[in-house]
Amino acid sequence: MEFVLLIFLPIVAALFIPLLFKRMKRIHTGWFVLAVPLILFLYYATYISSTMEGGHAVSELRWIPSMGISFVSYIDGLSLLFSLLITGIGSLVVLYSIFYLDKNKEKLGNFYVYLLLFMSAMLGVVQSDNVISLYLFWELTSISSFLLIGYWYTRDRSRFGALKSMMITVFGGLMMLGGFVLLGIMGDTYSIRELIAAAPNFVGHDYFTLALVLLLLGAFTKSAQFPFYIWLPDAMEAPTPVSAYLHSATMVKAGLYLVARFTPIFAFSEVWVWLVTGIGLLTLFWGSFFAVKQTDLKAILAFSTVSQLGLIMSLLGAGAITFHSDDAVFKFAMFAAIFHLINHATFKGSLFMIAGIVDHETGTRDIRKLGGLMSIMPVSFTVAFIGSMSMAGLPPFNGFLSKEMFLQSMLAIRQFELFQFDTWSILFPVIAWIASVFTFVYSFYFVFRTFAGKRKEGQLPQEPHEAPAGMLISPVILGILVVGIFFIPNLVAKWLIKPAVAAIQPNLYQQPADVDIHVAAWHGFDSVELWLTVGVILIGALLYASLTKWQKFYGLQPANFSLNALYDGMMNFSEKGMNRISRFYMTGLIRTYMIYIFSFISVAVLVILFVQDAFVVDMDSFAHIGVYSIINAVVLILAVCFVLLSKTRLAAIISLGAVGYSVALFFVIFKAPDLALTQLVIETVSVALFLLAFKYLPALKDHGESVKTKMTNGIVALGVGITVTLVALSAHSQKLIPSIAQFYKDTVKTEAGGGNIVNVILVDYRGFDTLFEIAVLSIAGIGVLGMIKLRLARKENSDENK
Amino acid sequence: MELLMAILIGILFTAAVYLILSRSLLKVILGTGLLSHGAHLLILTMGGLGGSSPPVLDKGASNFADPLPQALILTAIVISFGVTAFMLVLAYRTYGEHKTDNMNLMRGNDEHD
Repeated sequence: MEFVLLIFLPIVAALFIPLLFKRMKRIHTGWFVLAVPLILFLYYATYISSTMEGGHAVSELRWIPSMGISFVSYIDGLSLLFSLLITGIGSLVVLYSIFYLDKNKEKLGNFYVYLLLFMSAMLGVVQSDNVISLYLFWELTSISSFLLIGYWYTRDRSRFGALKSMMITVFGGLMMLGGFVLLGIMGDTYSIRELIAAAPNFVGHDYFTLALVLLLLGAFTKSAQFPFYIWLPDAMEAPTPVSAYLHSATMVKAGLYLVARFTPIFAFSEVWVWLVTGIGLLTLFWGSFFAVKQTDLKAILAFSTVSQLGLIMSLLGAGAITFHSDDAVFKFAMFAAIFHLINHATFKGSLFMIAGIVDHETGTRDIRKLGGLMSIMPVSFTVAFIGSMSMAGLPPFNGFLSKEMFLQSMLAIRQFELFQFDTWSILFPVIAWIASVFTFVYSFYFVFRTFAGKRKEGQLPQEPHEAPAGMLISPVILGILVVGIFFIPNLVAKWLIKPAVAAIQPNLYQQPADVDIHVAAWHGFDSVELWLTVGVILIGALLYASLTKWQKFYGLQPANFSLNALYDGMMNFSEKGMNRISRFYMTGLIRTYMIYIFSFISVAVLVILFVQDAFVVDMDSFAHIGVYSIINAVVLILAVCFVLLSKTRLAAIISLGAVGYSVALFFVIFKAPDLALTQLVIETVSVALFLLAFKYLPALKDHGESVKTKMTNGIVALGVGITVTLVALSAHSQKLIPSIAQFYKDTVKTEAGGGNIVNVILVDYRGFDTLFEIAVLSIAGIGVLGMIKLRLARKENSDENK
Repeated sequence: MELLMAILIGILFTAAVYLILSRSLLKVILGTGLLSHGAHLLILTMGGLGGSSPPVLDKGASNFADPLPQALILTAIVISFGVTAFMLVLAYRTYGEHKTDNMNLMRGNDEHD
């Protein structure tokens, strides 16, 4: 079966959603949608047995074969893991949304169409082997994210957030496209597998570092890394199921996927190791530090997502070290990255859903108004507790395991000696530890400020109660996974993590079974990670206890000194600046535009004429000059001068007629009797027409044109005149191909049975041309008639109104 | 001959562009008229002006003028007449509506921004 087509299954399903939404009002549309991710999840799950053995599957759908662009679905350990996340979390989120979104009040048709569009796009991103189609799907995720954030489009904040996310991620996407094109030039292929195979030749190529940076810009904007993370908090205006799905579990991980997928190509570069690890760690710290400042539940989660994405990013960077050193201590990083990616999807997904439940049941997400919900919402509290403790990195939850491995990997960086890492490497574990402390604090802040403490009576917009059972199913399933993975980490590793790790690090492992890492919760009392965790708990608890005392220091940051202010400023500036620029040259005057056009024509043609050395005059080919020609030319020049200089309309019109008649005489001289006849007739009719219209037109005035204006006009006009003269001369003097006139001379009698070649060309060889010419004239005639009649019709109308 | 014609065409184009750039509506129309005359002669000149007899099959005639430019120009003459007629009525209506033939005053309004 061509499973590449399955990528498009959600889009195809989306076509039926509006219909189902309109016709089946009584059933929540979500129930139909749920089938799509569920089927796909079950289907993709069947691949686990194959990827566990290191196998992969390829399916191709040709799109533009001549340019090497096609839809290729390539399923190996890495893309399978992401596909399962997309469809698995997707199913849970759709289930949750059925209870979250009211079927009578919300525009479910729109919502599910966007969601399914996103699902297709995301599957495309993680399965595409062709970088161009990957880019296509990548931008499609940005667009569907834009639509979903702006789902409640009547709210200002939604529209603002949607635009912001779009601006930043599409900017990154375009940069990434540039990176892909450079890769395509270096490797002469758009296939990622072939690029990986050719990767060792890329090192030292002129484009290598540029391609690397461009690609990372795409990954960093999508995965909300510093300083591009600012779109993610504003994206929280989306409905909570969307936040749980796109903005924590899947879309923001597309950047991580990209980095992981291209690791075998770029890991040879020190820039890669530095940028990915450094930016990741900075983001981790920054996100965790500012998460404590937030007061909106979803904003806390947004900053925590930023921070956790940074964590995984830094692990991916640290994992790239294995391309430079064989030391076994560096092997943990990549494993930890994939492990934490799975864990994050489980605990953050559940936390988002709980935030949504709290919002739904109490009417607010402001943590300052919440508190004491534990007894009212016991199930939600339990799930939130599990998720938060896992996020804080405590046992017995899966976050503990991956957090330990993270600390271990950061400690290992100290032993890396290339690229000046030996000077700075002590910073990595230190920053990682500080960020872990803040992670601990915001995890506690999130769960205990909401559920513990005293209830604040009268602050909540509505009386809180536990959510309906259906809404709790999804977070509870995720909560069970959080605990479950803690107890069976090695099974998860065997099924999902090791195949993915083997796909990212082909230099180390031939097949998944070669990944010799065993996850254990207990490493003994002499392990440094354990004591680091103990330190995190102690200091973290201390900081949490004194939170009210130091949280106010966040207020010291001036509002206009932030990345958000920078973004707003840039948007404002570009909007106003562009407006000013376009107003500067778009004057609304036809003269201005004509000057642009004429100057461009003459400058472009003259430059090309001389740069290309195309100006050639062949005097020998000229025909001799007759006396009549000279006389006629003088007449014509005089007539033109009269047109230019005449002060009255009548003189100008008559002079124009004189020009026409003298052109007709030239046609006679040049042996073109048909032209001459036509010209005479047309010119006579034209002059008559002018004289008719003359009556209705005002006297000739120059409307106060200044000498300067006239000079400008004159110079532009002279430029065009000279250009045309030169073109006429050189076009006549050099013929690239011989005239086809001989063909007509030979065939006009035999083929068309006529003698007058010009006439036969018009009515026979180019019959259609003449037919359409008649059509054009008819249209012009209708236009003329219409313009005269239209006014009369309107007058009658207004009379009727009276 | 071609040199003379080329200069003539240049003069026609110069005059035409100068008129088109002016502020008076009628002058713009006069300019388009001159422009089409210039274009017709340009096509004819580029094709070559030799040829001692019209392109009609006749006894003894062998050195024809090139018939193809003539066919093209014939079409162009008629079309340019259509354009001129349309422009004239357009000008007539514009003047009727706006009571001015000053191009500087015809620059749209805020609705078109």
